[in-house]
Amino acid sequence: MASATHLITDDEAHARPPLESMVVRFAGDSGDGMQLTGGQFTLSTALAGNDLATFPDFPAEIRAPQGTTFGVSAFQINFGSTAIDTAGDQPDVLVAMNPAALKVNVKSLRDGGLIIADEGEFTSRNLTKAGYDANPLDDDSLARWQLVRFNISQLTLDAVKPFGLGNKEALRCKNMWTLGLALWMFDRSRQPIVDWLTTKFAKAPQLAEANIAALNAGHAYGETVEMGASVRQHHIAAAPVEPGLYRTVTGAESLAVGLVAGAQLAGLDMLFGSYPITPASPLLHHLSRLKEFGITTFQAEDEIAAICAAIGASYAGKLGITSSSGPGIALKTEAIGLAVMTELPLVIVNSQRGGPSTGLPTKTEQSDLYQAVYGRNGDAPLPVIAARSPADAFDCAIEACRIATRYMTPVMLLTDGYIANAAEPWKVPEMSGYAPFPVHFHDDAPPVGEGVMPYARNEDLARPWIRPGTPGLEHRIGGIEKAPVSGNIDYSPEAHAEMTRLRAAKVANVAHSIPDQQVCLGNEGGRLAVVGWGSTFGPIHQAVRRARLRGLDVAHIHIRHIAPMPKNMSVLLKGYEHILVPEMNSGQLKTILRDQFLVDACPLAKTTGQPFTIAEIEAAIEGMLR
Amino acid sequence: MNEVVKLTAKDWASDQEVRWCPGCGDYAVLKAVQRTMPDLGTAREKTVFVSGIGCSSRFPYYMASYGFHTIHGRAPAVATGVKLANPELDVWIITGDGDALSIGGNHTMHLLRRNLDCQLLLFNNEIYGLTKGQYSPTSRIGTRTPSTPFGSVDRPANPCSFALGAGARFIARAIDVHKSLPDVLKDAHGHRGASFVEIFQNCVVYNDDVFASFTAKEFAADRQLWLTQGEKMLFGGGTKGISFDRERMVLTIVDAADSGVLVHDRKNRTLAQLLIEMPATAGFPVALGVIYEDPAPTFESAVLDQNRTIAAGKKPDLQALVAKGQSWQVEKEPRAE
Repeated sequence: MASATHLITDDEAHARPPLESMVVRFAGDSGDGMQLTGGQFTLSTALAGNDLATFPDFPAEIRAPQGTTFGVSAFQINFGSTAIDTAGDQPDVLVAMNPAALKVNVKSLRDGGLIIADEGEFTSRNLTKAGYDANPLDDDSLARWQLVRFNISQLTLDAVKPFGLGNKEALRCKNMWTLGLALWMFDRSRQPIVDWLTTKFAKAPQLAEANIAALNAGHAYGETVEMGASVRQHHIAAAPVEPGLYRTVTGAESLAVGLVAGAQLAGLDMLFGSYPITPASPLLHHLSRLKEFGITTFQAEDEIAAICAAIGASYAGKLGITSSSGPGIALKTEAIGLAVMTELPLVIVNSQRGGPSTGLPTKTEQSDLYQAVYGRNGDAPLPVIAARSPADAFDCAIEACRIATRYMTPVMLLTDGYIANAAEPWKVPEMSGYAPFPVHFHDDAPPVGEGVMPYARNEDLARPWIRPGTPGLEHRIGGIEKAPVSGNIDYSPEAHAEMTRLRAAKVANVAHSIPDQQVCLGNEGGRLAVVGWGSTFGPIHQAVRRARLRGLDVAHIHIRHIAPMPKNMSVLLKGYEHILVPEMNSGQLKTILRDQFLVDACPLAKTTGQPFTIAEIEAAIEGMLR
Repeated sequence: MNEVVKLTAKDWASDQEVRWCPGCGDYAVLKAVQRTMPDLGTAREKTVFVSGIGCSSRFPYYMASYGFHTIHGRAPAVATGVKLANPELDVWIITGDGDALSIGGNHTMHLLRRNLDCQLLLFNNEIYGLTKGQYSPTSRIGTRTPSTPFGSVDRPANPCSFALGAGARFIARAIDVHKSLPDVLKDAHGHRGASFVEIFQNCVVYNDDVFASFTAKEFAADRQLWLTQGEKMLFGGGTKGISFDRERMVLTIVDAADSGVLVHDRKNRTLAQLLIEMPATAGFPVALGVIYEDPAPTFESAVLDQNRTIAAGKKPDLQALVAKGQSWQVEKEPRAE
């Protein structure tokens, strides 16, 4: 298997830590095209059969002043011939396209790692902008690492000279030169990139040819110039994977197709209401192109209108979906309460970012868990599920649609900036293997003289879904408290107490149709369980694997269904002496576990806007078991 | 064909007890709407009343159609979702001055500029009734309320000016208890696109008689200008007319016999603005009836047309979608041997 949700097999668990893996970080100015270089390198790596995980890390500013440290954009990829679950703790190779990129990224490079620098950009002006007093390529400040320097800018200009581009346009090709060199270093095929460039620049063949020339020149440079032992050709064997068809996906892509699949499995058209916000917007972009699947996308005037339109569409018999990030979810909160109160299906996707307020728009964090589980006025429970990786987001999206339509409830689906932007190989699912869950619209009109009962309930405690347009079932719903069954306005103490109970009991019933919580690595019961949720899956899994290799009694539990929790969770957690909860927040799941199960869950908090490293979690495991 | 039995006003009334204050102008509007619905020929099951929050927003509970009482200010957004999901539905938005112009001003603006096919009835009573009498965005300067004990100081919004500025293609005014309200409602319903109707509605408890200066019987003739397409703008019992002073580019009051009395042209947007903003302080009447109507393509039809055009000829193949992009086939596990 090859995905970040990869569960380590017994054989792999007893194998040595992977040697055949490599972490490469491309870093440059935000105008240098590093995300694009990284994305194309990812594709060629996937095509070579390696497992991989990536970490795009870019500034909030679209074009920060050139050459400054805050304008540095980086793309990290970890790839190898064994299961890869994280983007890697420390890069082995750093490609620095200017002094600022070197300055920001070099500290994370492992000792003895390789720096490839474009010396053409190490001008006194750029050095000053990056805050260097002296050229680090010339003094001993980089002695801990191996340094290779070429004038990539000049080499690129030479390579594209025949195409008659202006200086600025010609220099834009240097990311392709760099990619060409990287492809040579890791023995990757250039053909997919050539195909992609040809398609991308179909309307400007001259640019396509120039970029291809730069790519080839970088590759040829590696092949012909003797650069010393550090820059040699690495061949990393293909990772063991199940046979099948594979593609790379980012979380935003898999989430989009997952929501499409969810709506199709429910037999519904979708209305997707959204307002642009980082890092959630790619979902709107993807879905807006898929009209043939019965999808209407609505870019609303604000976050509130986006969710309200989705609620209106669900009321009228489509599947309403809305998506945002933390600040936008905050704005939608009152409307989420309306969906809870009127008991309409709705999927709310939160691509979390660092907070509070505007916080860290382009960095990752999982600090909206309280918001998802508790963050509404009144007693307003709703199901919450969390995706652990880009590939897992697909199944989570389908699950969110299933729960929303079966239980007539809004469902919160949590993902984060890391999952949304990171890529991993994904075994293309066989859609015939997914059971449809077609919805039933109530259309039996009661006999004349008998009232419509919009708040009658089935065995799940879900109310009927009655579409406007259905004759004889005209009725009124709203956010005001109502009588059970009839739904007529009723503020009486009995009605409010009973409706509060019913709304909670219905959401609790979701636990009956979800699987028991599994232990994804290690034993049921023992000394320590490391319990996580969301995108911390990779580092937790690897850290637990390494600790187990050293003989420590530790297990990894990763929770998808956060509300309600799987029915066996209490018994499962109480089987361990200690519980460690690593989270990219100050301890939110920890609180929920303590609250629900009265267990001594210990937090491991990280609030830097960066994913955990394996080493950080490994150290915490050792600390707990010492 | 089944014989269509014409419904009555009673058929459009739900079984719920109406809970407005005795004497509230909302009763008159409710009756007018219930009386008008049978004439419009739309089935009850195809009709949806969507409201926000406020006294008037209880309205949907009293109609025997589908109804959705949503949250404060957001009825236009919910209505947009309803109409996009099912364009066959006849959508009515019930809102007030605070709901539509204060907390929901943004949604009202965008609903109007997009031109969603619906009727928006704005019950303007120049006060927050449900929260017990605070001043609203349409309250006049100096309005004394619990939150403005020394009088409000901010300038009021003119709902129809707002609508015109937002790009509304149908703007009308009516009075809660006036016999012409059903006619205005019929015109609003007949217009394809967003129909904006401001209804002057008396709040008997917190702002009684705030419109009496032009609604009271003794002032009606002199202070109400009922507009009819293609007819002269006359008021004061047919004695006075509205004319246009070209030099100063303003409306003026002239004798009914004056050759310059204007003829109402609903399509004239410039004239609409002048009519909406006639200053009562200078003795002008209040323009009532359909002030402006100039149809344009509707939002939901544009969305659906594009959906259809783009989707035409494409097969919704889920398996192909999940496999999209550059993919590769792994034949066997490389280290299986």
